[in-house]
Formats: sequence, C-alpha cells, structure tokens
Amino acid sequence: MDVYLPIANLSVNALVIILLGGGVGLLSGMFGVGGGFLTTPLLIVYGIPPTVAAASAASQVTGASVSGAMAHFRRGGIDIHMGVVMVAGGVMGAIAGAGVFRLLQASGQIDTVIAVLYVLLLGSIGALMLREALQTIGAMRAGRPPRPRKRRHHPLVAALPLRWRFYRSGLYISPLAPLILGFATGMLTVLLGVGGGFVLVPAMLYLLGMSTQVVVGTSLFQILFVTAAATMTHALTTKAVDIVLAALLLLGSVAGAQVGARLAQRMQPEYLRLALAAMVLLVAIRMLLGLAWRPDEIFTVEIS
Amino acid sequence: MRPLGVLVLALAPLLLGAAKPVLVPDVSQREIEIAYSFTGARLLLFGAILYPRGRAPDAAKPTDIVVVVKGPAQSILVREKEKVAGIWVNAERTRYRSAPSFYAIASSRPIADIVDEKTRAIYELGLSSLQLSPASGAVAEEQARFDAGLVDLKTRNRLYYEDPDAVEITDGVLYRANVAIPARVPVGRFTAETFLIQDGRVLAAAVREITIRKSGFERFVARSAERSSFIYGLVAVALSVAFGWGAGAIARRF
Repeated sequence: MDVYLPIANLSVNALVIILLGGGVGLLSGMFGVGGGFLTTPLLIVYGIPPTVAAASAASQVTGASVSGAMAHFRRGGIDIHMGVVMVAGGVMGAIAGAGVFRLLQASGQIDTVIAVLYVLLLGSIGALMLREALQTIGAMRAGRPPRPRKRRHHPLVAALPLRWRFYRSGLYISPLAPLILGFATGMLTVLLGVGGGFVLVPAMLYLLGMSTQVVVGTSLFQILFVTAAATMTHALTTKAVDIVLAALLLLGSVAGAQVGARLAQRMQPEYLRLALAAMVLLVAIRMLLGLAWRPDEIFTVEIS
Repeated sequence: MRPLGVLVLALAPLLLGAAKPVLVPDVSQREIEIAYSFTGARLLLFGAILYPRGRAPDAAKPTDIVVVVKGPAQSILVREKEKVAGIWVNAERTRYRSAPSFYAIASSRPIADIVDEKTRAIYELGLSSLQLSPASGAVAEEQARFDAGLVDLKTRNRLYYEDPDAVEITDGVLYRANVAIPARVPVGRFTAETFLIQDGRVLAAAVREITIRKSGFERFVARSAERSSFIYGLVAVALSVAFGWGAGAIARRF
C-alpha cells in the first residue's frame, strides 16, 4: 500500500513504515528507551531525507513515551521537581540545537556530524552498559551479591554551587546538574531525532546518583516534553515534520511498545540490559562502518 | 501584374512552410494531481506528422521523433564526498543555477544516430548535452566531474533518463511515446517538447506544458506546514500524545 508523504515529497510503502515503527516500538517498550536512535537511521536507509527523518522521528518518540510516562506517574515513579528542571534545560537545549542544526546544514557537514555523534554516543554508552551488564550477570552466576555502589553522585556534580532538595530522587544537589543534563539531551533530540533516553538513564544513575525507582519515569517525563518541544522547533524552523510519516510511525510504535512492555515483564532485567547494550553497540558499529567505507553516493544534491 | 505579385508574396511563406512536414502534438494529461496514493505517473505523448499537400511519407527519407520532458529548473548545490582522516565527509561543492529537476528523453532511434553533436547541444537532446549552467567558476575538468556525478545520481534515481526506443511511429504519420514520471519529482510546471527530425535537421518543434501539483489533503498538509507552522507543530505534537495515550488506554483494558 503506497502512501505519498506530502513533506518528504515521495511515496513510501505504508506497511513498511508501520512495521518499522512497530519493531522500534517493541524494543522501546522492552528496554524503556524511546527508540529514536533506531528510527532515524532506518528511515534514512529507506530513502527519507535526513532532516525529515530526524524531525518526524522526534514525534514518534513523544508518542512512545506518553503511555510509559503515564504508567510511571500512576505508580509515583516520577520526580516531578527534578523532571521540571530537566525539561527547562531540555527546551533551552532544543532551541540551541536548532541554531546548531542550521549552521551545520549551511556548511554541508550535518550528515557527518550526525553520524559521528551517533558513533561516539552509542559506542561509549553501549560499551559502558555492556560492561555493567556483564559484571552483574557474572556476579549473579557466581552467587555473589552485586557490589554495592560506593558513590552516590559524581564529584563534579557535588562541586556545583546552589543546592536543592529533590525528595523523590533522594538527592541534595545543585539544580544546575539536571539543567545541564537536560540541555544536552534537548540538543541531541533536535540534532539526532532521538529522545536521549539512552544517555539520560545512565547519566541520571551514575552522574546524579538518583534513586533507581524514579530514574526511568523521570527520564520518560523529560523525553515526553523535550521531544514535543523538538517537534515544535522543527515545525517552526526546518518545516520538515511530515505528519503523515509521523502518524504511520506512531501507529506501529505505540502498538509495538505495549507488546514490548508485556514481554519485558517476563524477562530478567540483567539480560534485558545486556541485549540493549549489544543492540546499541551494533548500531554504533554500523554507523562507524558507514563513515569509514566508501559511500554509495559520492555526490549529494541539495536544493538551494 | 500587381495583384499577382501580392498574391505570390502572401503565399510565399505558406508555400515555403508547406515544403516541410508539420507537427501536431498532444499529451494525455495537462495536469497531474498528486494525491495520497501517488506513485508516479505515465505520460502519453502522441500526435501526427502532417506532410505537405497530403504527400505520403517518403520511405527513403525516414523522419524521427524526439520527445523531451523537463521538470522545473532548480538552483542546486552539489557536494562531493572525500575521505578525510579516515572518514568520508563532504568536501568540494558546486552550485548550479538552473538544473532541470527532471529530464526524460524518448526517441524513435538512439539519439546519437538521429542528430550530430552540434544539434544535440543546441536543442539539449540527451543527457550528455544538458545545459546545467554552473554558477561557480570552477576548472573545466572539475566541472565535468561534478556534471557527471550529478547526472549519474539523478539517473539512478530515475529522475534523468534516456529511452532510445520509446517513440513508436505508425506508418510514418502517427507517433506515440510513454514517459514515466516517478513520485519523487518536485511539483511545478513541466514542459514536453516534441522535435521532428529528418536528415539530422530539426524540421519542427512544439511545446506543451504539464502542471504537476499536490491536491486535496496533501496540498493542505504541505501548505499548512509552510504557512501556519505553529499550529502544524501543535497538531503534530497533539497527534503523537493522542496516539500514545490511546494505545496505553486500550492496552490497560486487556
């Protein structure tokens, strides 16, 4: 079934896009990540222009995080106080990101920057997660109790001035830390079309030292608002949000996310984290190869 | 004497014109509307060759028909990737002031057999004779590399192509040609030029215009994104929230 995308100016097979959204949704439901880091590259591979892909993938992540955020909210798994600070940083980051996006677009290096950012981010975070998951699984196999974490939060965070109490997170830290974190992920959302969950969750755990009960809920809360802000920013600046493409992706991904969330309950979280780490690393390696190998297209055309 | 002279003068152009065949072209569609299921269009270009004084076509001197369909000209920037420090990045670039967004040439025989290089260049017949009008004053060699790269890229996207036997001529009088227009073309005014060629000379040429535009919902969406971007953005966000919330609400019932 072919559908014409009015903003991307090409026709796609609706079923392929819905299935793509469904697959990403399934993974996002299982691992609690938005899945934008998979959608954008996959859409580009399918032939959607990179800007349209990044802009439309952001709205898919919004949809994927809504039901998750609501579920966590009902269980009291969101630190609203922390979330609001991070959203404020995120919105600022999204606006700054739009400026950077334009600059890079004008210089013609946007594709390279996107690919390099993906490789660096996914590579380092994937490696960290893999190590952590393997250690936990190793400890579990040996029957040892997992090592207790020594530090509550990173010394850099403790050095920041001005301290607030975040009760639900069990923290007494400077609000600048979550603000900066929010800013960075907001920028990533606009540049890469990712929610930033795969950056946020480890950063909240290991840099801020937040209590694990509220980490996923709060990150979903922040992602929800920041991806919405990123969609708005794209609609106003690049005008590259394809609502038809977004609707097709959403259709698949929200359904997939529900199935994924149910599957996740039956699996051991340690192995789930190992699988996520492997997947993140695979995407990073694929992007790295894409940078190093001679590309199919040496020439690219841009309408000016 | 005088009236006769006037008559001869008045008839002279007609008599001269009558020595050459005349082209009567048409296209199957003057307007192509892009709707939700648009996957491209097939354009049928057809017409008749009228010979002077009802003469039958001369079998010894066959006529050829060449049809060129061009999309709206675009000002484009072509970038070339180069390997820098192990990774492929965009390095050099060239701007073209007006390159056709779409170019299809259909002919009754391979274009190189019909006309010589000079005529091809004059009428822009064939991919190697396209006038791409580069804007930056680059070295000829580099320019040629960029031209070739652009044509190659567009050819593989089916946006530029040559079809050497797409024109069928029936009894030397009626001709028809099918030109495929892919879904990726930009909207705007297209031109379909038909050339009648005999002995390597262009005897007649005619142009028809075709308008491609988005219609209905597609037109509404594209226009809203452009003109009322704020509301468009809000609708996109609302849509994603509604989808997510809806799926969550449905899933909780099971």
